[in-house]
Amino acid sequence: MSASHLTPSYDPDNPNLRFLEEVSAATAGVSRLEMCIQCGTCGGSCPSAADMDHTPRLLFAMIRAGYREEALRSNTPWICVSCYHCVVRCPQEVHIADVMYTLKSMAIRAKLYRDSTAPDFSQTFVDNIENYGRSFEFGLATRHYLKHFPLRLPGMAPMGLGMLTKRRMDIRPRRIQNIDQLKAILARAKELEIAT
Amino acid sequence: MSHHYLFYPGCSMESSAKAYYDSLMAICGPLDLELEEINDWNCCGATEYVGISLVPAYALIGRNLALAEQQANGTRTVVAPCSACYLNLAKADHYMRERPVLGEKVNIALAAGGLHYDPGSLQIRHLLDVIINDVGLDKVRAQVVRPLKGLRVAPYLGCMVPRPDYEHRWSDAELPTELDRLLKALGAEVIDFPLKTECCGGHMTQIGPSTAFELIRRLIHDADLYKADLMATLCPMCQMNLDAYQGETNRHFHTNYHMPILFFTQLMGLAFGKEAKDLGIGAELVSARAALTRIGVEVPPQEEVKPAKPKRVKQTGLPMPRMPGSEEEEEA
Repeated sequence: MSASHLTPSYDPDNPNLRFLEEVSAATAGVSRLEMCIQCGTCGGSCPSAADMDHTPRLLFAMIRAGYREEALRSNTPWICVSCYHCVVRCPQEVHIADVMYTLKSMAIRAKLYRDSTAPDFSQTFVDNIENYGRSFEFGLATRHYLKHFPLRLPGMAPMGLGMLTKRRMDIRPRRIQNIDQLKAILARAKELEIAT
Repeated sequence: MSHHYLFYPGCSMESSAKAYYDSLMAICGPLDLELEEINDWNCCGATEYVGISLVPAYALIGRNLALAEQQANGTRTVVAPCSACYLNLAKADHYMRERPVLGEKVNIALAAGGLHYDPGSLQIRHLLDVIINDVGLDKVRAQVVRPLKGLRVAPYLGCMVPRPDYEHRWSDAELPTELDRLLKALGAEVIDFPLKTECCGGHMTQIGPSTAFELIRRLIHDADLYKADLMATLCPMCQMNLDAYQGETNRHFHTNYHMPILFFTQLMGLAFGKEAKDLGIGAELVSARAALTRIGVEVPPQEEVKPAKPKRVKQTGLPMPRMPGSEEEEEA
């Protein structure tokens, strides 16, 4: 096997060559992703790197090289625990954690994740917020576990029971008063993008 | 002198971290802290919304900032006790300035609800920060009537309070000393905890349990190595992961750790002479009762939650003869 199949042939019109710019523009602040010098401090600082398909450094190299699909399929952003160790250690001050969030949202839009556990969890969490204005742990946990970890339920039972008997979990969601205002704001926000 | 702030409690304070809320309310009086809750605040989105859709995630946080700005009377500081809430509020304020196009879009969305937020107009601070830097340790020390003498405490801050720290409020991003100093002011024996800002696993307990269990194991194991009686935390998520998932982590690794996880506000309340029941003590799943007897605190017995029987590890694959009445005998 030659290595050539791994290298996207140079074509100035290939949109993947602008993938780095695209990711950077879709990130909340000024991502500084272009400034990555491939030093690997991020992966070396990462508490969950062992479970990642690619270290952040490698993932950023892939993005730069235009490997759109491979990068969006990577489990790395989903394993990132948002601990910000890499962020404070990065000599180039790349907003690594925020880039990970961008990659997640792009992967969801392109339906390129391999495992739906994490996207489903985020979506259920967000559905609750959009309906009630507050997070709803009990509804979230039961829906999520029944769908994705039914076999873990027996092991979870004492903990769930403990949380309930110690009144640490509400069985009913709490709702904010002005939920209509929040819904109007979120509906408008969904029509807006920051990437141009 | 009293200290008046706008207060963003966050969803957990009403449910899983009720003990944090109760203990905070109990120490507000002695510290002259006036916390004015933001009216009709909504969830901050935790680490979930921003991974789905950017502008809605920031608009969600923006609504809280806009409501706080409207309500600001005499103070422009918002205090959040939860790490994720604190970071989200601080981050929205920071990025709306750093990337003006984000600020514009968030305000277009907020306008649909008749709201507006001028980034930079509020200060977002964590509860521990205001206790250390505004109230001050002298005031804390003056309130101590029951020093936590002989109680070995591992100070655990987790990730999102000292990092990324946009406003440079903390002494260090990885080994800050604020919580250590506070606990020492309470008279506790504070261990020099090297993992004090390592991750508790965050939402990985929900989406990638084996990743989370390893992160939880490291923290509990390390605190145990240092012979801590308990860990003090300042985040509902950290408390939940280390306390409620400690049993599952033990089963996963066949370990037997028993490390109680309390909120730092509960320890402050104890040192200030408050009753354990008024501080939400007993709501933890890994009981702190034994540890607290070291400082002479009686915790009323609670309904104990029996841990699930660990799965029998099949060593042979064949049924082995058992002595009648042996403990290993399983129910038929």
